[in-house]
Amino acid sequence: MNKHAILAIYKFEMARFFRTVWQSIVSPVVSTSLYFVVFGTAIGSRIQEVEGTPYGAFIVPGLVMLTVLTTSVQNASFGIYFPKFMGTIYEHLSAPISFAEIVIGFVGAAATKSLLIGTVILVTATFFVELRVDHPFAMVAFLVLTCVSFGLLGFIIGIVSNSFEQLQLVPLLVITPLVFLGGSFYSVTMLPPVWQTITLFNPVLYLISGFRWSFFGLADVPVVTSLLAIAAFTLACIGVIAWIFRTGYRLKP
Amino acid sequence: MNAIVSVDALSKVYDGGFEALKSAELHIEEGEILALLGPNGAGKTTLISVICGITNPTGGAVSVAGHDVVTDFRAARSLVGLVPQEVNLEPFESVLNTVTFSRGLFGLPPNPKHVEQTLKELSLWDKKNAKIHELSGGMKRRVLIAKALSHEPRVLFLDEPTAGVDVELRRDMWDIVDRLRADGVTIILTTHYIEEAEAIADRIAVITKGEILLVEDKTELMRRMGRKSLRVELAEPIAAIPDALADYALEQDGDAALVYSYDSQAERTGITRLLNDLNKAGLMLTDIQTRQSSLEEIFVTLVKDGR
Repeated sequence: MNKHAILAIYKFEMARFFRTVWQSIVSPVVSTSLYFVVFGTAIGSRIQEVEGTPYGAFIVPGLVMLTVLTTSVQNASFGIYFPKFMGTIYEHLSAPISFAEIVIGFVGAAATKSLLIGTVILVTATFFVELRVDHPFAMVAFLVLTCVSFGLLGFIIGIVSNSFEQLQLVPLLVITPLVFLGGSFYSVTMLPPVWQTITLFNPVLYLISGFRWSFFGLADVPVVTSLLAIAAFTLACIGVIAWIFRTGYRLKP
Repeated sequence: MNAIVSVDALSKVYDGGFEALKSAELHIEEGEILALLGPNGAGKTTLISVICGITNPTGGAVSVAGHDVVTDFRAARSLVGLVPQEVNLEPFESVLNTVTFSRGLFGLPPNPKHVEQTLKELSLWDKKNAKIHELSGGMKRRVLIAKALSHEPRVLFLDEPTAGVDVELRRDMWDIVDRLRADGVTIILTTHYIEEAEAIADRIAVITKGEILLVEDKTELMRRMGRKSLRVELAEPIAAIPDALADYALEQDGDAALVYSYDSQAERTGITRLLNDLNKAGLMLTDIQTRQSSLEEIFVTLVKDGR
């Protein structure tokens, strides 16, 4: 294991984050606050509570997930796409490091960033609502797993993308709709039966459900199912990345 | 001599079907400076990319100090440094961090002293906190060199390091090459400035159309391929070369100078006889010059013949 190399990539990527730390943190804080104002206050005044939890608190796990998913994908995809775009990737390819080490460095940094942002949002949320966490360990575990697995997805997107437009496409067209339709702001039980069934095909539902369970003990699907789903997703991403590296797809001519 | 880099029957066909390397053979000896010369698109950069691990080979094998670059890539790559042709750098990072990053990436523990020394050697120390995008083109090239030197390679590839750089950097670069050579570092250089190769290389390799045409000691090559010429200036103009001198295949250069080409390797160069005959023909000489063909002329001949 080339630990100096992993650390070098990790530090270099984190430096990129800290150069723009205020942008990185202020924008999620502002948008989260807006969600609280719009959803929490406007809609919350009509929906008093969901399954015994005040609506304002009920949406917190979904809001955190919304930002964490998006930033994980964005950070990781940008992290690997930028060296590809600038041509500095030559150095990673010519260095005595394995592909696994490259992934650990890049995705580790991307996950750390979104973990930091997720924490900031949780803290912001406590200014608006009273939050209770029933299973703190499970909460942290879900958060970390999400950061890592979507970081892996972002890494794949970054490698496959050939332009900045393509880089934006997946987060915009896939991730955001999936999060909105994955029960971020409502319980699945509030939907008509047909939509309840359709929603079960949305992978993000399992994440949000499990994450929400760690706060309030409420879940749309069993927690074990959530864990299995996220594990399966992580493994699938690792599989794709292994294939990319074995074939050199879009990295090595 | 031990080959530190061995390239055996290396071929590379790109996805589009372009055959960049055709069964290339090259054995680079430890501690030498090898100039790899070839016209644009000859396969120089592809060859370097395969050795460094940036491009996958289609066939054949490459090893560095006995380590195969594919199966034993860690050992092979940790010995190799590369200064690429294109100036590819992270624009928003500082010089110091960029260079420190390279050292870490190659698996070496931090060594601020070595990084400082490298930056000072390249006159970058004053700019250590400057962002890359604030630097001039020549400065960026210095950073590329510093990155490659930061991880103390035993084999250094310089892919057109002096393309578009000023005299000062070129001088600095050759000082560094001298220092590295003294430390026993093997250097492979590609360049379009052939006088550069002539000045510093121990051996010359010529590549055209994906094939290594020849690898030869520079002095040998220049002696073998080089022609010498003798130019005599005459006191008075002549209309034509006198018949008595017909055997020498002289060329007239203006109406008051004659040029005689000869093979400096030959047992008899014919110079003494020519001078005697000039005298007999009644020509008075005012000056004599000899000239040796440059590596550039040899290179042009080789590449033309190779086509």
